[in-house]
This record gives sequence, C-alpha cells and structure tokens, in this order.
Amino acid sequence: MAEVQVYKKSPAEFNLGQRRAKKSMRNQIMMFALMIFLTLISFTMVMAYNSGVAGFSEYFVIPILLLFAAVQVGLQLYFFMHMSEKGHGIPMMFMYTGALFAFLIVLTFVAIVWW
Amino acid sequence: MSSVAQKRGFGATLWDWLTTVDHKKIGILYLLGGGIFFVIGGIEALIIRIQLLKPNNDFVSAGLFNEIITMHGTTMIFLAAMPILIGFMNVVMPLQIGARDVAFPFLNSLGFWMFFFGGLFLNVSWLFGQVPDAGWTSYASLSIASEGHGIDFYAIGLQIAGGGTLIGGINFLVTIITMRAPGMTYMRMPLFSWTTLVASAMILFAFPPLTVGLFFLTFDRMFGGNFFDHTMGGNTIIWEHIFWIFGHPEVYILILPAFGIFSEIIPMFSRKRLFGYAAMVFATVLIGFLGFMVWAHHMFTVGLGPTANAIFSVSTMAIAIPTGVKIFNWLLTMWGGSIKMTTPMLYAISFIPSFVMGGVTGVMLGSAPLDYQLHDTYFVIAHFHYVIVGGVVLGILAGTHYWWPKMFGTMLNEPLGKITFALFLIGFHMTFLIQHWLGFWGMPRRVFTFMDGQGWNLANVISSVGALLMGLGILVLIINIIITSVKNVRVGNDPWGDGRTLEWAIESPPKFYNFAQTPLVRGLDTVWIEKMEGNKSGFTAAEPVQDIHMPNGSIIPMIMSFGLFIGGFGAMFHAEEAWGLPLLIFGLFVTFASMATRSLKDDLGYYVKKADIERDLKQKGGRN
Repeated sequence: MAEVQVYKKSPAEFNLGQRRAKKSMRNQIMMFALMIFLTLISFTMVMAYNSGVAGFSEYFVIPILLLFAAVQVGLQLYFFMHMSEKGHGIPMMFMYTGALFAFLIVLTFVAIVWW
Repeated sequence: MSSVAQKRGFGATLWDWLTTVDHKKIGILYLLGGGIFFVIGGIEALIIRIQLLKPNNDFVSAGLFNEIITMHGTTMIFLAAMPILIGFMNVVMPLQIGARDVAFPFLNSLGFWMFFFGGLFLNVSWLFGQVPDAGWTSYASLSIASEGHGIDFYAIGLQIAGGGTLIGGINFLVTIITMRAPGMTYMRMPLFSWTTLVASAMILFAFPPLTVGLFFLTFDRMFGGNFFDHTMGGNTIIWEHIFWIFGHPEVYILILPAFGIFSEIIPMFSRKRLFGYAAMVFATVLIGFLGFMVWAHHMFTVGLGPTANAIFSVSTMAIAIPTGVKIFNWLLTMWGGSIKMTTPMLYAISFIPSFVMGGVTGVMLGSAPLDYQLHDTYFVIAHFHYVIVGGVVLGILAGTHYWWPKMFGTMLNEPLGKITFALFLIGFHMTFLIQHWLGFWGMPRRVFTFMDGQGWNLANVISSVGALLMGLGILVLIINIIITSVKNVRVGNDPWGDGRTLEWAIESPPKFYNFAQTPLVRGLDTVWIEKMEGNKSGFTAAEPVQDIHMPNGSIIPMIMSFGLFIGGFGAMFHAEEAWGLPLLIFGLFVTFASMATRSLKDDLGYYVKKADIERDLKQKGGRN
C-alpha cells in the first residue's frame, strides 16, 4: 500500500463500464422524472383538498402523501444513493434495522401506550 | 515517531499521551479515566452505606444523600463501566481482528476527550456545591423542579460524554466491518469482537434518543422550553419513555462486552474451543435486538394500562432465552475442559451463578403484578446490582487481570489477584443478597435514613460491611497494580500460555503498528489452530514486510472537547451572568475553529519504513 496503484482497464472492461454507466444514467433520469411526477401529484392533491374538491378528504390525502413520501425515500436511496449496487449490504441492514425500531416504537405509542 | 526505545522527558511523554491517536494508548486512557471515576463512584457508594449503617443516622443530610446517590449511579454507569469497557474494546478489538488501528484514529481520540471533559463537567458540580439530585434517571417532573444548577451539570455533562460514546461506537462499527484481516470472516471473529460489534450497533441506535432527551431537558431548564412541563402543554412522561428507550439498551451495551470478555476467558483457561460458537453469536445479536423492545418494563407503575404492561412483560421474559443459551454454552465449554484456576477464570466461574441470580430477579421484576409490589424497594437495588456488579464489574475485573500483560507487558500478581477476587466476591454477595429481603420487608430505595424497630437494622449493617469488603478488594487491586508496575518483570507474547486469539500472537505490549505483517486468519481461534499444527509463533502472515501507513497524532481532539466544556458553563450561566452568553459563544467558537482547522489542513499521516520494521523483527530474533 506504499504507492497509489494504477489499474489499466482492458477495452472490453472499458466498454462494459460505459454501457453500465449509460444504463444507470437512463435509470436515474427516468426515476428523476417519476419523482417530479409524484411531487406534482402530491401538491395537486393538497390544492384539491384546500379548494374543497369532492372526494379529497384528509383521510384520503394524508395516507396517500405518506405513501408517496415512502416511495420517494426508497427511490432516492436505491437509484441516487446506489443502494441497489453491490457492497451496500451492511448500510442497508443498519437502515432497515433503524427503520424497524422506529416503526415498532411509534406503533407501541399509538397502539398501546396512548390508546 | 521512532520505533526505537529512547528516554524522553516528562513533558514529551505527556504531550505524546495528550495527542495520541494510537488505539492502544487511547484504550489505556479510557481505562485510566474510567478507573478514576470508578473510584469516585465507589467512595460515593461507601458514603451511602455508612449513612445507612444504623437507623436515624445523620452522617450526611437528606439533600446531600440525594446528590450522592444520583452521582453514584450516573458516575458508575456513564463514566466508569462504559468507558472501561470501551477501553478494553479499544485495546483488544483491533488486535483480535488483525487491524493496525481503528478506522478513524482521530475520532477515537475525540471520543475519549469528549468522554473525559463530559465526566469532568459532571463532577465539577461538587466544587460548585450544586450537584444533580434527581436520581440517575433524572425523571422530568423532579429534574425540572430541582433548584440550583445541579441538573444543568447532568444535562450538559452527559450530552458531551454521550457524544463521545456515540463517536466511539460508530468508529468500532466501521473498524469491524471494513478492517478485518484476510480470512477473518464474521463467523471467525472472536466473541469479544462480536460483542463489541453488537454493543456498538446498540450505541448507534440508543444514544440518539438520549441526546434528544438531554437537549429537551437542557432547553426546559436553561432556554425557556416546555417539553416536559404539563402546565404549558408539555408531557412529563415523555422523558421517562425517551430515557428508557435509551436506558434499557444501555444496560445491554454494558453487559454484552462483559459477556464477550468471559467468552474469551472461559475457552482459554478450559483449554477448549467455545461451545456453540454460532449459537453464542446468534444469542448476542438477539439480545441486542430485544434490548430495544422492552423499555416500558421500567414504567409498569406509571399507568400505561394492562395491555402495554402485559406485552412488555412478555418481551422482557423473552430475553431470558438467549441469555440462557449463553449461560449453558459457558457451562458446556468448561465441561470436560482442563481448567486452570487463574484469577480471570475465578471471576468467570463466579460470574455465572452471580449473574444468573440477577437475571432471575429480573424475570421476577418483569412480571408486572409483582413489580407493583417490589417497585422502588431495595429488591430493585439488589436486582440491578446483581446484574451490573455480578456481570459487568466482575467482567471488568476479570478483563483487567486477563489483558493486563497484553496492555502493559507485565503480569499482575496472581495471589494478590485472588485476594482481590475473594474480598470482592464475598463483599458483593454480602452487600446485595440481603437487600432482596430488605425489599421484601418494605425498605424503600432512595430514602436517606430509616427508623428503628422495623427489623431492618441488622440487614443494613451486613450490607454496609459487605461494601467495605468490596472497597478493600479494590484497594488490594490498586496495590497489586503499583507493585507490578514497580517490579516491571517483562513477559512474552502469550503469558497465559494458552492464547487462542490474534492478540496473543504479538508481543506484549504490541508495537505501535501492531502487526509487522497483516496476519492470515485460517479459522476461529486462529492462533490455537496454528500452534496445534506446529507453528510455534501462532502467526501466519498474509503479506510481505512492506511500508506501513500510520496516522499522525493531534492535539485538536482535546481542544475541540475543551471548547464544549467551556461552552457548557456559558450555557449554564447565560441567564444570570453577563459573561454567560459570550462564554457559550467562545466555547462553541473554539470547537468549530478546531473542526475547521482539521478539515482545511490536510494531514496524510506518515509511513513506517520497511527497513525499520525489519530491524524491529530482527531485534526480537524472529517474527512476531
């Protein structure tokens, strides 16, 4: 580890890397579009609720907003923070464990403590 | 830094220790700091027992008694037990996984200094005469009403120290995940490294709630917040939830490393592989997970209702299952082994029944109807001292004797060690066994004295004498340490003669770069495998001798923590003194300026040259 090691890629590896980068770029742009779309729907729903459109009660809007938020977080993590790629198993495990703890604790409060 | 030994002046040595980023030295600093706080907490315990020696005693006043029990609990948990265990993790874990240091040496140093200044902040309260007095749990209704600055010291001191612990925990996690030697798979890691991993993960999840709770308390007391004031729309019970969501994992953060220490000692002195290694790992992880699912069992009498109490009773009792797995595995490791009765092994053997007693009373208290009877009596005191002293402190004392040669290169005197053991163990059972009955007889905890004629007199005398014996045991240990250090008889790589894990394949104390060559790990108990196959050194290298990259020392962590220490006083006095706010700003400025210095100035470390390492190897006449 004394010096910085320079690794020369073969043409095949180079091409593969290019193809993968292209595919990942396409994915990211698609997901970005989807996320903007979800955001627009969310805002529209809230505006519809505010102007009293029939059917847009808070019991409909709030759960859908929370669902969209969860989807957005998932997309963010998997497509922009590269959690879908290799070598992210440990961070994934810790995040899911933390999310599970948070979920169970909140569930405890709303279900049995403050019930 | 040269690897050749040379005489240095006191100033240079002091500077070296203040700026060190070497995990072994930081570990020793943790042990030293934790040891000092352990003695302070122990003196407080003795004062409590002197006060309770006889009915209607007035050795200390009621107010002072409240302060002493609060500081005894807080000091022992946050400033003694945890730092000492983190000290062992620091020294031993990188050696066990074959790493040259922890992943972030600078942060390691920062973690220590934050713990140290946080602890100092808490204890400076004695000099101000305004000491935390709401119990170590500092329940909000009481702590908000407490006059003076006592609780402010608690909130800010623990905030600083807790930050240090969080930094340490993250550091250990990254170290274990990324820096294991070639061949060291997760399922080949020694159990102490496994418990370090799980305890660090628990620190990662448990300390943020404490941080939030302490911030709420700080704002309520110093900056006009109303989080816990029900007259202003706050909720005082929320503190109890936040505290115990942190607090219950916290006690497992303490006990898991102690389990790890015993899981190293028992196989070594039974000269036998740990029985059920996979089950032990599984039990450790399961205990770590379940530790977050039981916090409300500290709050049965708050009035959460029968549903919550029943669910938390069941989840509490579930923890007995993985713990039972561990107990049986230790017993079966000893079964049929060729046992050597060394001091660490004596602690390990006596730990099993002591801890089981604490565990059984835990299951008793986990039953909500019985808890209504026993709540706030001496039975609870007896229970948690049985798990913490009978588990954690016995683990710490065992680990001290066990790893002393690895840390300092000298063996603690065995006969004196056994005297410490006998005094401490007898004193411990004498102090706390009788307290179960005191609880049954109705003696309430946290009350500064009791009246004559309730049948509690003799039991309290027995308890106090026991505490004295424990104190004598620790005194013998200190004498032992002094004698050993003065005699300074150096020992070899594997002074116990039966080393199984990697730390016993290198010299005692290890060179600052630990391993001249990164080791190759061929299985669980890799050193034992090598020795059994005829490789006397117990070590196979995974790489040729080459330059080693090492980090530079730095004084910045200490200055950074000192800024927080100064700022804490500013926050505390900002409402009543003109200099309060400027001091707060100045302290935070010192901290942020040192952070900026660290960020903007590149420090790439240095290389230990191959020639130096080869010379070190030759001096020893062979490798490692």
